[in-house]
Amino acid sequence: MRYLPKSDEERRQMLTEIGAKSIDDLFASIPAEYRLERDLTVPRQQAESEIVEYFRAAGQKNATDYASFLGAGAYRHYRPVIIDALVQRGEFLTSYTPYQAEITQGTLQAIFEFQTMIAELTGMDVANASMYDGSTGAAEAVMMAVRVTGRSKAVVATTVHPEYREVLATYAKHQGLPTSFVGYDPETGRVDLKALAAAVSEDTAAVLIQSPNFFGIIEDIPAIAEIAHAKGALLIVSIAEAVSLGIVRPPVEADIVAMEAQSFGVALSYGGPFCGVIAAKEQFVRQLPGRLAGQTVDGAGNRGFVLTLATREQHIRREKATSNICTNQALVALMATIFLAVYGKEGIRELAEHNLAKADYAAKTLTAHSGSKLRFSGAPRFHEFVLQTDEMPAAWSRRLLENKIVGGIELSRWYPELHNCTLWCATEVVKREQIDIAARVLAAQPVEA
Amino acid sequence: MTTSAGHSEARSAGPHTLGKVRPHPSQNEALLFEKSSPGKRAYKLPPLDVPTVDAAKLLGAARRDTPGLLPELSEIEIIRHFTRLSTWNYAIDLGMYPLGSCTMKYNPRVNELVARIEGLAEAHPYRPESLAQGILEIFDLLQRCLLDITGMEAITLQPAAGAHGEFTGILLTRAWHESQGNPRKKILIPDSAHGTNPATAAIVGYSVENLKSNGDGGIDLEALARQVDGETAALMLTNPSTLGVFESQIHKIADILHAKGALLYMDGANMNALVGKVRPGDFGVDVMHLNLHKTFSTPHGGGGPGSGPVACKSFLEPFLPIPVLVRDQNGPKDCPDAGDWEDTNAEPTVDGCPPLFRAPILKPHGERVGDTELLPLHPFGGPLRWEYDRPQSVGRVRAFYGNTGMFIRALAYILANGPDGLRQTTEDAVLNANYIRKKLEDVYELPYKTASMHEVVFSDKRQAALGVKTGDIAKRLIDYGFHPYTVSFPLIVHGALMIEPTESESREELDLFIAAMRSIAREVEENPEIVKTAPHSTRVSRLDEVQAARKPILRWRPATE
Repeated sequence: MRYLPKSDEERRQMLTEIGAKSIDDLFASIPAEYRLERDLTVPRQQAESEIVEYFRAAGQKNATDYASFLGAGAYRHYRPVIIDALVQRGEFLTSYTPYQAEITQGTLQAIFEFQTMIAELTGMDVANASMYDGSTGAAEAVMMAVRVTGRSKAVVATTVHPEYREVLATYAKHQGLPTSFVGYDPETGRVDLKALAAAVSEDTAAVLIQSPNFFGIIEDIPAIAEIAHAKGALLIVSIAEAVSLGIVRPPVEADIVAMEAQSFGVALSYGGPFCGVIAAKEQFVRQLPGRLAGQTVDGAGNRGFVLTLATREQHIRREKATSNICTNQALVALMATIFLAVYGKEGIRELAEHNLAKADYAAKTLTAHSGSKLRFSGAPRFHEFVLQTDEMPAAWSRRLLENKIVGGIELSRWYPELHNCTLWCATEVVKREQIDIAARVLAAQPVEA
Repeated sequence: MTTSAGHSEARSAGPHTLGKVRPHPSQNEALLFEKSSPGKRAYKLPPLDVPTVDAAKLLGAARRDTPGLLPELSEIEIIRHFTRLSTWNYAIDLGMYPLGSCTMKYNPRVNELVARIEGLAEAHPYRPESLAQGILEIFDLLQRCLLDITGMEAITLQPAAGAHGEFTGILLTRAWHESQGNPRKKILIPDSAHGTNPATAAIVGYSVENLKSNGDGGIDLEALARQVDGETAALMLTNPSTLGVFESQIHKIADILHAKGALLYMDGANMNALVGKVRPGDFGVDVMHLNLHKTFSTPHGGGGPGSGPVACKSFLEPFLPIPVLVRDQNGPKDCPDAGDWEDTNAEPTVDGCPPLFRAPILKPHGERVGDTELLPLHPFGGPLRWEYDRPQSVGRVRAFYGNTGMFIRALAYILANGPDGLRQTTEDAVLNANYIRKKLEDVYELPYKTASMHEVVFSDKRQAALGVKTGDIAKRLIDYGFHPYTVSFPLIVHGALMIEPTESESREELDLFIAAMRSIAREVEENPEIVKTAPHSTRVSRLDEVQAARKPILRWRPATE
């Protein structure tokens, strides 16, 4: 057992010193009828080389050599090499939650830097140390708004990521938190403002929207904020594509921002671990869920950091806590912090501009033939767009797969009215050539130029 | 043992370290923002291969005009920044980390390597299932392993952490009660429970009823029988308890609950005491969560990410979160290799096939590719797929399918151990805790004499009489080169010292820890001030938490002009 630092002789000596005849003496409190008298039915012990082979084979079976236009809440961006070099330092990787501040200043300062960066990017005053992901962050933000306002209803745009809405429904169900939905303008793909104004009332705790929304379209945040605030409701903006903040105006009119920071240097990893985070206006800080790092001083006046405002949390408040969250996504938040340090003030804008340009080119190129067009127009987009095709997506996506391209995702699984519509994403890692080939395959033209 | 009594004279202000630590310089490092200067860069984007765009034209009023104040630095400065910060942390890689309830065990490095394999790390969650079979096979094998380890019948890997698993498990409980006509009103929670338990019950709309422990720190059966009624949805039980004690009356506990139609939920935080020795499914548990970041060695990473799979009995299966992983049954029905597995003592699968992991690898049409491969990626039956159409499901608890990167690591850990290694791991964890108990019980008060499993809980009663509290002793341990134990928990022990060594400690490290704890006990009698003002060897001394909470500074801001 290569992970166990004891010889059998040492085990025997230790048992003798304890005064036990055999190891079974130490398990005597388990009633005999429940003791497992067989080997577990798990694979036999594998050598390290076998483990690597097994997972390599699994990875190869996953087919790595496909170009991909998938987005929809999980985005492929280039990950600078130093991210993994740094987060694999054992002092970060194998450290616990920094409750013992004197020997966890490294983690604590990094969290403080993360909180600062998220606040800067979102235009909020404060941010927490992370949540599980964007979906649970959005649900927790709605529950936070209920605590802040003392009201009990939520109004949610249908252009919020469908799986985020499903998660919110799961959380809201037992909170006595009725949720109503507001649709989108069929021309622009933005939240239907008239319907929103009609849906928000004096009972509304929060309006939850996403921007860029699920269709990749940037919402009119000032107008939405005005509608929410006119009735005393809070505005929560969910952001699934964090890189957009490099070029898209931050939602400064919002009261709470619930963000997924996966785009900041976190691998897709088939959907997790990602990095949720909640940012908010200063006055709501005591209703934030999750951990917060704060600056303070030690006895000698040195600057230091501690986890603070813990009286919001479950280990102090138990059933009266702001959330049951304990473990968060600390190491993933560290990845995001390093990513943002690499790109910095100028790089994040430049990166976002590249995304904007690739998606603009992809949207134009893919709609160049007569069988496909953009579904929404008249409102700004970031790097995703909805394509409507004459041909059924199932047909052309098969052709794309034959050419090692994964095309956009079909929207009818969530929006039955969006017949033959697919959501495409082009980040900076997509190559022009891949877009050109995809366009030709889509138009059923020969790929060889 | 390398320590020597000759070193026991303390330096006047500093620690004596029994030979484990010695001071060395740690470098100062400002905040990233304070080190920034305009024009420095750590990135270079490739030339844009598509026409540039005018962002102002495309975005109009939605364009950002003021950039966020992110730092501007070069790559070497960023490397040094985070490397310097890292040296301010204690970590498992540096030494024993005996945080009770947290299971700070070794995090194998091969886990990190395999989680970063391109085809796994770069897989988009919405890629077609036909292109994701490799990763789905990993989900499937991990699920099977965890089901056998827990003795349960159905599982979801979706929850992102332990508390999220509790939430999911209580949702299943509630959904089942609703299907029986009454969701019921309350959850019973022992006074020794983790804070997440009552917080979870509240989120699922239940009231929390406290269950007082008996004289042994365990469940008081009479109190339980009195408190369980037709409105009790479940008991949330941690077993072994947070005292590290196995509830030996567990079958009676389950019977009392089941007789009133209530369920037994098990908080699996302490599963490291049970794997390979006893299975919760066998002793009456209906639903439970696991913490892959505790029992199954995925790294804590300074607070996360975790992973909290929920396993349950089959009557709760219809309520599992969507989607659920299923295998199409259109694969080969008659296994061509039935009978090739007599060397194992495992049960055959329903089709008469050998169990998945012992079988030779087969191509989809049944051709035998070889028999040296013991972890086939092509088991019997058809491809795996996600099933969404489950009308009784509690819904989703998060987007996508769970913290996949943690599943890969946890499976790598299980494979590295095998059945014999998993059992030995549990035995060593329990052995280590009992060894510490034996070697410290004469100097620290043992409030409950009940047999310890994987952790031991002392109290500061003797030291508190001299004015030194558990928190002080914990801080003093830092000077000796150890991370503190868990302080003041569980709540049923006044001034608790909760020590969980895990299996990852050698006898030498345990002896050093024991020597340090004994030395501190002596200091409490001879020089309590040195303990009360500890730590003395760290970059910062005790920090002003009151000021931090009274005037919160939660972010850096540029100095005002």
